[in-house]
Amino acid sequence: MNTATVAQGPAAAAVRPRSLRAATTEAPWVRRTVIGLGLAFMTLFLFIPLVTVFYEALKKGWDVYLAAIVEPDALSAIKLTLIAAAISVPLNLAFGLAAAWSIAKFEFRGKNVLLTLIDLPFSVSPVIAGLIYVLVFGLQGWFGAWLIDNDMKVIFALPGIVLATVFVTVPFIARELIPLMQAQGIEQEEAARVLGAGGWQIFWRVTLPNVKWALLYGVILCNARAMGEFGAVSVVSGHIRGQTNTMPLHIEIVYNEYQFAAAFAVASLLALLALVTLVLKYIVEQRVKGQKREAHDRAE
Amino acid sequence: MILSRALLKRHTVLPGFDLALGFALLYISLIVLIPLSAAFLKTFTMTWQQFLDATTTPRVMASYRLTFGASFLAASLNAVFGLLIAWMLVRYNFPGKRIVDALVDLPFALPTAVAGIALTAIWAQNGTLGQWLPFKVSFTPIGVWVALVFIGLPFVVRTVQPVLEDVNRELEEVAATLGANRWQTFSRVVFPIVAPALLTGFALAFARALGEYGSVIFIAGNMPMISEITPLLIITKLEQYDYAGATAIAVVMLVTSFVLLLIINALQAWARRRQGGIA
Amino acid sequence: MLTSVSRRQLMGAAGALALPSLAAAQQSQSLLNVSYDVSREFYKDFNLAFAAHWKKTTGQDVTLNQSHGGSSRQARSVADGLEADVITMNQHNDIDILHTRGGLVPANWATRLPNNASPTTSITVILVRKGNPKNIRDWSDLGRAGLQVIIPNPKTSGNGRYTYLAAWGAGVKGGASDAAAKALVTRIFANVPVLDGGGRGATTTFAQRNLGDALVTFESEAPLITREFGDGFELVYPSRTILAENPVSVVDRVVDRRGTRRLAEAYLQYLYTPEGQEIAAKHHLRPRNAQVLARHAKQFPKVSTFTVDEVFGGWTKAQQEHFNDGGHYDQVILAAKGR
Repeated sequence: MNTATVAQGPAAAAVRPRSLRAATTEAPWVRRTVIGLGLAFMTLFLFIPLVTVFYEALKKGWDVYLAAIVEPDALSAIKLTLIAAAISVPLNLAFGLAAAWSIAKFEFRGKNVLLTLIDLPFSVSPVIAGLIYVLVFGLQGWFGAWLIDNDMKVIFALPGIVLATVFVTVPFIARELIPLMQAQGIEQEEAARVLGAGGWQIFWRVTLPNVKWALLYGVILCNARAMGEFGAVSVVSGHIRGQTNTMPLHIEIVYNEYQFAAAFAVASLLALLALVTLVLKYIVEQRVKGQKREAHDRAE
Repeated sequence: MILSRALLKRHTVLPGFDLALGFALLYISLIVLIPLSAAFLKTFTMTWQQFLDATTTPRVMASYRLTFGASFLAASLNAVFGLLIAWMLVRYNFPGKRIVDALVDLPFALPTAVAGIALTAIWAQNGTLGQWLPFKVSFTPIGVWVALVFIGLPFVVRTVQPVLEDVNRELEEVAATLGANRWQTFSRVVFPIVAPALLTGFALAFARALGEYGSVIFIAGNMPMISEITPLLIITKLEQYDYAGATAIAVVMLVTSFVLLLIINALQAWARRRQGGIA
Repeated sequence: MLTSVSRRQLMGAAGALALPSLAAAQQSQSLLNVSYDVSREFYKDFNLAFAAHWKKTTGQDVTLNQSHGGSSRQARSVADGLEADVITMNQHNDIDILHTRGGLVPANWATRLPNNASPTTSITVILVRKGNPKNIRDWSDLGRAGLQVIIPNPKTSGNGRYTYLAAWGAGVKGGASDAAAKALVTRIFANVPVLDGGGRGATTTFAQRNLGDALVTFESEAPLITREFGDGFELVYPSRTILAENPVSVVDRVVDRRGTRRLAEAYLQYLYTPEGQEIAAKHHLRPRNAQVLARHAKQFPKVSTFTVDEVFGGWTKAQQEHFNDGGHYDQVILAAKGR
């Protein structure tokens, strides 16, 4: 973490007398206490659960672990999870780009309302998220009868799972892009326009390259959340073994069959994905910070 | 064309407004607005009295108390420790700092159900940590609170960190030369700067905790009046085939979340304006 | 449970004929059985046997799919459009609801198959720690102060509902008044420290978290618990208990649309055959077939049982009076928790 601020360069820091530097840092005991407390908190609330997942998964040995993962129902759950994520993430990507473009590059009435609407799925309970799609597409709902008559399945099939997944992950990419694009402003795009570039050219050649790391970050997070969604998918899934169970649902099923090691084994796959996500995110974040600082500098 | 004329506040040379906003609005309507309206419409089939019956029974009120109470307490703890951890990550160096920094996002990336069963196992009376405690954690409101602390932590840390990084150290030096000790400098100079971000992070963690289901449902005791969370009551209503009742409670939660979000966004706009940016 | 051979052959057949997956008039070769939570192990075995039987008698391969979950949630899903060819539940009203909400089955569905459309039954029993240190023998013992009893949430679990009705009904059958029966049930629920969402969750709490002195669950669950968690447990049969019937039905609207009626009816009939009943007995479900029951007499001791119809006037009435919001259960749990 870089603690130097913009106003002070490395040269200035070098000549600053020690007493002044000491005035802006805490006494060593304070520092140690803060770090100690912080680490204790994180260990308690974050580190131990993570370790638990892997410990429980491997408790009965490698054989049980591997068997749990290559079991047919587990494999189809993994496949379904990947497919659902593969459809949801690009959809939300398109939306995120469109929303960020309109919000960051234009001033218009109702912008705050749109922002709030985008954030809304973030705080809606997953149970409700699933329920509303049942109300719309279920047999007792708006389109259910028509869908059945036309031999189409939405809920209790892949489309419903995708819809629920899309709903809960709508905000992710948009929320990553908007602040960055707002900070970057519109000068570059306007310059391109003046030079005669068309809309798509501006978008592909000017805007996108500037936000590519934030975009990647958003996609990574969106994907992680999409693959791990439990509540909303549970309502719309139908729980057909080997067909409409995603990984989180499969974990619940196996857990309810008292096969705890197997449940944690599949859970460990998702935890591994989370860890990979974190590593990727960390790499990307360094670049995003670099981009933000450039934009900040340019804005000054 | 239509959208531009109706909504744009300032003339622009950039193209694509109608297309982008149009698509965004269509998408949000189809995916979010219209399905959500289904919940409201279902609720409107009830009379006012029925609505009150469904959403204000003692049991439901108890669940609101638990859900809102535990979420508030969890967000509060996260505010305190989130600020502490953000400070630690921004200002100090220590071995393993990068790992800690990355780990903060774990609740964000880990699936809720996995978190749920892991936490339940750890805090049970015969669990890794639960066995050392003289009181029960799993299956009590304390367990609910623990799960909510877990999922809310990243919100505070990640909202406060960038602001803390941006704090001008010169301000602290000036305060020091004027005779302030570290604590005074922190509380009177630094804290006011990060306060809006802290508030935003708190509100986000709070909003997230309200709706949380997957990680809480395993560790909650589900005792009516004691450890039943509101989403569970929605499920309970569905179990009785009372769809209208379920949507009634859902509507109460939705409206509350919406109001909270409006406040959050207003806070963010105010904070941005305060720091000299554009809202 | 999918059988890989039949699936490959199905794919091959479909590919060769290039037929669309679900045309109404065509006979489909797959069947979806939507069932309750704890029947998973049973249907795994049963489906294998049925697939073999179907192949032998008709020469056709069949794909049998299963869905399991809390009984009410499963019934709701079918009412909301989950295309179940057959539904196999453990409460009659969960199938009744398919009639009242959308007319998926006719009103007389329960008369179409023998034994009230229930090929198997189970009873509610009490599981205690080995050696029965707290000396729990009957329902009244569960209400003793200082005990902890694990029961799943009657609001979300059929297992839990049966337990509640068993304790109440046992009192009534033993001559107690409704008020006295309610008082006992209240005392029992006062001893419940946590209400898990389903029977399996409750078992995990009792057997793995080691919480509670007793677990009340279906008889069919007990041997599974022993298998998974070791033999630190003992089964206690109360003096009288409730008979949990497992009603099954074809879902008419679905099978007529998919053309799978013949397959679905044969599937359910197979449950009544000696082979089907043997598999049930193997999974500790009480068979209806007298000979099979006699063969497994040691597994299924004679217990005095009563049905929901006898004591409570049927499941619909029981659900309305006891388990719906504002019903007796709500009053019981509030009183039990001292609120």
